[in-house]
Amino acid sequence: MSVFIDKNTKLVVQGITGRDGSFHTKQMMEYGTQVVAGVTPGKGGQKFEGTVPIFNTVMDAVQATGANTSVIYVPPPFAADAIMEAAAAGVQLVVCITEGVPVLDMTKVYPFVKERGVRLIGPNCPGLITPGEAKVGIIPGRICTPGPVGVVSRSGTLTYEVVYQLTRAGIGQTTCVGIGGDPINGTNFIDCLEAFEKDPNTKAVAMMGEIGGTDEQEAAEYIKKHMKKPVVGFIAGQTAPPGRRMGHAGAIISGSSGTAAEKLEAFAAAGMGIAQRPMDFVELIKARLK
Amino acid sequence: MNIHEYQAKEILRGYGVPIPPGEVATTPAEAESIAKKYGTAVMVKAQVHAGGRGKAGGVKFCKTPADAKEKATAILGMKIKDLTVEKVLVTVAADIGSEAYVGIIVDRATKKPVFMVSAAGGIDIEQVAAETPEKILYVPVDVRYGLPAYDAMRMGFFLFSDVKLARAAAKIMQQLYAAFMASGCSLAEINPLVVTPTGEVLAVDGKMVIDDNELDRLPAVAALRDESSEEPSEVDARNANLTFIKLDGDVGCVVNGAGLAMATMDLVKYYGGEPANFLDIGGSSNPEKVVNALRIITADKNVKAILFNIFGGITRTDDVANGIVTATKANPLKVPIVIRLTGTNEEIAMKILTENGFSASSDMDEAVQKAVALAKGGK
Repeated sequence: MSVFIDKNTKLVVQGITGRDGSFHTKQMMEYGTQVVAGVTPGKGGQKFEGTVPIFNTVMDAVQATGANTSVIYVPPPFAADAIMEAAAAGVQLVVCITEGVPVLDMTKVYPFVKERGVRLIGPNCPGLITPGEAKVGIIPGRICTPGPVGVVSRSGTLTYEVVYQLTRAGIGQTTCVGIGGDPINGTNFIDCLEAFEKDPNTKAVAMMGEIGGTDEQEAAEYIKKHMKKPVVGFIAGQTAPPGRRMGHAGAIISGSSGTAAEKLEAFAAAGMGIAQRPMDFVELIKARLK
Repeated sequence: MNIHEYQAKEILRGYGVPIPPGEVATTPAEAESIAKKYGTAVMVKAQVHAGGRGKAGGVKFCKTPADAKEKATAILGMKIKDLTVEKVLVTVAADIGSEAYVGIIVDRATKKPVFMVSAAGGIDIEQVAAETPEKILYVPVDVRYGLPAYDAMRMGFFLFSDVKLARAAAKIMQQLYAAFMASGCSLAEINPLVVTPTGEVLAVDGKMVIDDNELDRLPAVAALRDESSEEPSEVDARNANLTFIKLDGDVGCVVNGAGLAMATMDLVKYYGGEPANFLDIGGSSNPEKVVNALRIITADKNVKAILFNIFGGITRTDDVANGIVTATKANPLKVPIVIRLTGTNEEIAMKILTENGFSASSDMDEAVQKAVALAKGGK
């Protein structure tokens, strides 16, 4: 078992012939993901790597192949439309990897996907991986291994760091989800925590947050009220100065809100394990799996 | 991206917001002649990307043109939060009856632009939110429908009981909203929104923050960037496609990915060091990016040790290794370097580094501790 994606995921890749799209499609196929279709307007009828049919629209791709999940690698000005196109075509899960999507675009896209009951992950995210079954996005497959830990994070490479350390210590993962570093994203911590709580194979959760916003505080509140499974948390950006955007558009401390201290306090109040350093996850998770 | 008050006011004027006339001066003589032209009392206001300009002495009321010249002499060249004032806005001083606050931000919780309005204007809105939250009205806007007239009127009446004033304010909200959306803002504010003794409603100060992700499709807005008011190393980094923020410490950090870059800074601090910067070389890196990153970091005289922390996913670690070799051949390092890399093409990267006399580790914790010790003069 796992959350959001598994071996039955049938994936359509939007932007399959682009530089990033083609590179990562090959990687996803090598990992064993069922890539059933690609979309590049004007290249309908061609094949990717001689096997994957390419369509002009997501609608065509879904009708012909029964794709139920989409991953988006198109450039930022077109990403909002690509998300809406996928949601309108009837896929259940849309994963947007694209970085640099204007936040006002997301104010339009968010209600559009919500009203259609579609789950959006991202934008500006590394995607997700269910080790041994499927990967959708760009998380390196070889750093993951199947096991009992659910991983959810706002960051890309920091996720890799933690997952890699868990894997090296022999602790595998059910699913790793990167929800993205933008101020408005489709899926938040609570959505993932809820899914992990329901997933029978997940025994503990590792959660990597960042400065900025109040998602982590709300997640802590949720954990306190609704979760039986243990959660270990980390906050990146404890040393960040206020008012400066630390790379991720969402990672900015405004006024007195969104600080690391405030978030760690919420974690402590929820009885969560707190990793001071990325490497602390190993021991903290291990202790909670016993 | 921040823009100056005078630039924000120009945009807002374009949408019809009533704003007292003003012009920018870069010399005291210019300030004097602008004041003379208006023939009335003026405000001379420092144009820098910093809050608290008034408290710092960067905003002055001037009765006469001679007064404007004198105040501009004092303000031009002064430093506000480390930023040198190079321009002042000379603007007609409005008669102030009362002051209100009107702002829009993109709110993460509702995932919508949200208006915040308050009759307690002229002061820091965050202070109002903390101390007297009931004095602020929040109105989220569904961007698919825009700001409905009834919501604009509701805000107008929250500020003013007089229907004429409420109507005037509601109109300004619509204009502010239009400017906010068209300019790709993440924040737009009028503070204060002033009612004059004769019953005019005017925007006396304006502020806009633009979403950096909008700049590619809004060239006219992008052109408002004032590089002279930014940290030079940050301008250099942006032109090299790096995300860089200068800090005060002595461990120079080069990392891929924003989350890992923050976590690396935190770990430096955890082991008793101080990071000199935040630097994210981004995803698909090439050796050129690493060369630029090293150039920018070594230009900071405070840096006593350099720390690379690379987790190769899309980033190829051999690209990073090649960048380090190229950069240090051209400009030999004067400070020690600690390299941590793991992930894509790690074996090739290690070979490149070893052949060129560098050592590298694959452990983040170990590398950070070593860099901190080196910055402190240890081995």
